[in-house]
Amino acid sequence: MNTTLATLAVLDGISYAALVFLVSVGLSLIFGVLRVVNVAHGSLYAFGAYLAATLSLAVAPISPWLTYPALIVASIAIGVICGGFIERFLLRPLYGRDDVLQLLITFAAFMIMDNLQRLIWGVQPIFAAEPLKLLPNISVFGVAYTSYQVILLPLVALLTLLGLRYFLRRTLAGAVILAVTEDREASTAIGIDAKKVYFVTFVIGASFAALGGALASPTTSLVPGMGADMIVLSFAVAATAGLGQIEGTALTALMIGLTRAFIIYIQPEFEVLVPYLLMVLVLLVRPFGLFGAVQVRKI
Amino acid sequence: MNGRFKPITAVAVVFFVVAALAPLFVASWATLFALILAKGIVVLGIVLLLQAGQVSFGHAMFFATGAYSAAFWGKYVGGGDILLYIVLGGISSTVIGLIVGMFVVRYREIFFGMLNLAFSMVLWSLLEKMFHYTNGADGIRVARPGLLGFSFTPETFQYVILYVALVVAIAAFCGVQRYLESPLGHMLRAIKSNETRLEYLGTSARHVLLVGYVISAFLGGVGGALVSIIQQIATPEFGFWTKSGEFVFIAILGGGAHAFGAFAGAAMFETVRFYAAAHLADSWQLILGVVLIVIILYAPNGLIGLRQRDDRSKQGGH
Repeated sequence: MNTTLATLAVLDGISYAALVFLVSVGLSLIFGVLRVVNVAHGSLYAFGAYLAATLSLAVAPISPWLTYPALIVASIAIGVICGGFIERFLLRPLYGRDDVLQLLITFAAFMIMDNLQRLIWGVQPIFAAEPLKLLPNISVFGVAYTSYQVILLPLVALLTLLGLRYFLRRTLAGAVILAVTEDREASTAIGIDAKKVYFVTFVIGASFAALGGALASPTTSLVPGMGADMIVLSFAVAATAGLGQIEGTALTALMIGLTRAFIIYIQPEFEVLVPYLLMVLVLLVRPFGLFGAVQVRKI
Repeated sequence: MNGRFKPITAVAVVFFVVAALAPLFVASWATLFALILAKGIVVLGIVLLLQAGQVSFGHAMFFATGAYSAAFWGKYVGGGDILLYIVLGGISSTVIGLIVGMFVVRYREIFFGMLNLAFSMVLWSLLEKMFHYTNGADGIRVARPGLLGFSFTPETFQYVILYVALVVAIAAFCGVQRYLESPLGHMLRAIKSNETRLEYLGTSARHVLLVGYVISAFLGGVGGALVSIIQQIATPEFGFWTKSGEFVFIAILGGGAHAFGAFAGAAMFETVRFYAAAHLADSWQLILGVVLIVIILYAPNGLIGLRQRDDRSKQGGH
């Protein structure tokens, strides 16, 4: 493997890791606070991607620069509408009931959304590469790459990481979320509306999934099944990191992204195997994940 | 304890009789009922683990193992036989179940589910990517096998496989019933209610769960071999996580409290899919999703729980 290929692999890995991080951190946040594994997370990712593509195809003729706000609008819309609906009408009646039921009802949401996606957007691949083409290519050690993928995506991921850290550790709303995570009963007793916290957290987590999808939409063709693939991948990342670990998720996403990128250039057929194999190996040794700790603060 | 299960055993008998007789009148039901029975066998394994309070989100790995055992034999050895396929599927999944089981029984709840999922996704990606051996996503065709040296026309074959599935299903159902009523089965339930006390009694909870896990893997393999024979194909999709989700779905749909829940759930699931796919080809998945939501929100003990609900609440139930 020469330096050009190695550089290419690193760049691939970074841009891929940025997208995976956005989706995984949403999943991890939701689990950390609500203790629910959101199986519909991949569908939120797919919906975010499809809606973003639809919107940017619609606004591109007016001005191609409008496609950027379109990506943001799409992710927030999906996060609030779909995420809000799932939390309010599906999960809320089940709090305090069997964990299996909470998991399964998000599985039901996944089935429905997977089907709706095919009904709304069809099964033909959709391309909307406008935002990718707007930004210039840059050269890294002689390798030309789109700056959308190696600068914008990692930047968004980094801002998300820092923003989330700041939000949870330095703001009142963040402190309230942490309090509910720590001890729901005690925080309810001092007047915190736990239901609202769950709702808001779920919407934020869902928006991250949709944002991941929206940002991924210019770089790839949108096909049915993308949601089902993404949920297991993001779950593998979140579980390897330790569910509820935000910084850990970022490091794990980077690790898996880079490993995968190198494997693609060395032994392409094992590409899909990498995250799951890593997950098995890590969970066998550390069931709470690389960065998870037994019974300490989860966020 | 025994009295409570009597009516449901009667329902089970009626179900098996219907499965045996109804397809004689409507030919298209032969395959439908064969599928219901085969899937029911797999879900029986999920129900078994539910007794211990554990949910495997990776049971499709045993289903795929069973299906691919049959497919590989047909592809590389040839001259298959239904019974041989079932035995092969059962043995290979038991072996894999034992290996995977030794790792996963150390964990509970979400970690148990996660680790199962991880193992099953490893198997899925191998099946998908080892193109040379597995034909990748296209899967391997399973040629119509004979039975004890006899070969059949497609018309007869659908009845042959139906009755084989019926016999295996009844055997599995009775076997699981016996197991759950045995001391080992009661210990399995104790893992759900109070694992620490079980350990205090001098029993190894891991060992108890491992036995349950291997049995449920065996059932998954047998069901997988049957489905691959019925559908005449084995694809990586058989081992994908959505398949595992489907099995858990069927278990909850039927009700995890009793072995018959597996078949009740499978019957409901496959029937909805059979008719919805015929009439609303584009939206059967949507319909099943809505059914699942309604069941979870309004009948969390599943179909069989609808009439058991009163008994359970008197007992202080699960």
